[in-house]
Amino acid sequence: MLTRREALLAGAGWLATRAGANEGAAGAVGGEEMLGTLPGKKALIQRAFRPPNFETPLADLQPIHTGNSVFFVRYHLPNIPYVDAAAWRLEVGGPSAQHPLTLSLRELKGSFEHVSINAVNQCSGNRRGLFAPRVPGVQWGNGAMGHALWAGVRLRDVLHKAGVATDALEVVFNGADTPLLPGTPDFVKSLPIDRALDENTLIAFEMNGAPLPHWNGAPARLVVPGWTGTYWVKHLTDIRIQPAAFDGFWMKSAYRIPTGAFATARFASQETSENTPITEMLVNALITSPAPAARLRRGEPARLAGKAWDAGAGIAAVEVSLDGRQSWRPAKLGRDLGRFAWREFELPLDTSRSGPIEVAVRARSRNGSTQPEKLTPNPAGYHDNIVQTARLEVS
Amino acid sequence: MRSAGHRFAVWVAVAGAAAGYAMSGPAAAAEVTDLREGAGRDLTVGRCIICHSVEYIPSNAPAMNRAAWQKTIQKMKDKFGAPITDEEAKQILDYLDTNYSGKAG
Repeated sequence: MLTRREALLAGAGWLATRAGANEGAAGAVGGEEMLGTLPGKKALIQRAFRPPNFETPLADLQPIHTGNSVFFVRYHLPNIPYVDAAAWRLEVGGPSAQHPLTLSLRELKGSFEHVSINAVNQCSGNRRGLFAPRVPGVQWGNGAMGHALWAGVRLRDVLHKAGVATDALEVVFNGADTPLLPGTPDFVKSLPIDRALDENTLIAFEMNGAPLPHWNGAPARLVVPGWTGTYWVKHLTDIRIQPAAFDGFWMKSAYRIPTGAFATARFASQETSENTPITEMLVNALITSPAPAARLRRGEPARLAGKAWDAGAGIAAVEVSLDGRQSWRPAKLGRDLGRFAWREFELPLDTSRSGPIEVAVRARSRNGSTQPEKLTPNPAGYHDNIVQTARLEVS
Repeated sequence: MRSAGHRFAVWVAVAGAAAGYAMSGPAAAAEVTDLREGAGRDLTVGRCIICHSVEYIPSNAPAMNRAAWQKTIQKMKDKFGAPITDEEAKQILDYLDTNYSGKAG
């Protein structure tokens, strides 16, 4: 049987670097990591079988686009139907819709301009398993995220066809997945009207040039570039435009952060003095190579590489320290694939001398924000974007 | 699934990844139902797996103490409609606290 630490090294990648520091009595009672495959997927890190919560291994985060067969899977509810694309219908209505309509997939594809966008889809709880002190919830490592080319139609074009009344405040989204018990709240989310009408918010039916995989929301899902994955409703079936704040559990009680704790977009109609919905992602970066705890051969070429992203301002720079934060130098950035996309970075490593290399990486957004040294505590363990550190060994 | 074969398959898959080999035929995902032996285990598994598999319990243990388990059980009853009586809730709390409270302090 693998120990937790060994399994983390194998599967969850850089999680090991920090989980190691928290081990001890707590680590001993934690479960070991396991890989599992869902139909149509390759082996992913199994955080939970039902509802399915599967994380992308670090090795599969190395390509610039995360493959559909390894893209992470996250559900709240256990009833997940295989949706028949031919029978699927999208209802668009609500009190603030002037001309409610029903669309088949063929009509959705045939009635609106097709657009595509490179965008990061990151679960709000990505890296929760790294939080110190630990917080309850799915204990994700770094792989509850991915980057894909999403293709579909603009949500705003669909909303305008349904007629957006002047009193519209929020747009509410439901998918085909349902609870098992009558007392469990259905997974329903809302967006502020301005975000719903943003030109980058899509109803997508393709991912990386192929139809959406079942586990990633077939036949159509919401794509909300810059905002965390909780808003990217899968298997979309109902859209309601309404003049009042939506009061479902998944807006009012879950996915909330302390009001004012983070410099992200406000969601005013859902805000209280105490807390507010999580909205945008924070500027962040992930080392994808070399592998964690890698031993580099003295004198052989080596490079540090990874991905950086933010909520849509775009990445201005990625700075790397190789001497334990004493000095920083800019990494070389890869091609700009759009302001919501992953930006690759790399830097050659000096392997001429044996010994440790203390690596730290911090990304800076074009809006000036950068990665902090310390976590901002919050009850659900969101927004871990602290400077990533790693210790490499040359021998 | 509680068979040794399942665990072995997982071990092979993880070890293969660790060694950098291409994996062929990795473990198909399976429901996890094995929790530690102890008073209240069958009741705990029986109620929890109505809606979710129980990997959450060991994986969350490092974040949990008695008060946190109490809060979680209450949330499952009040917010998610879990059919758990007050007496059952107490037995489940005792089981989880005894076996899966790993939070320091």
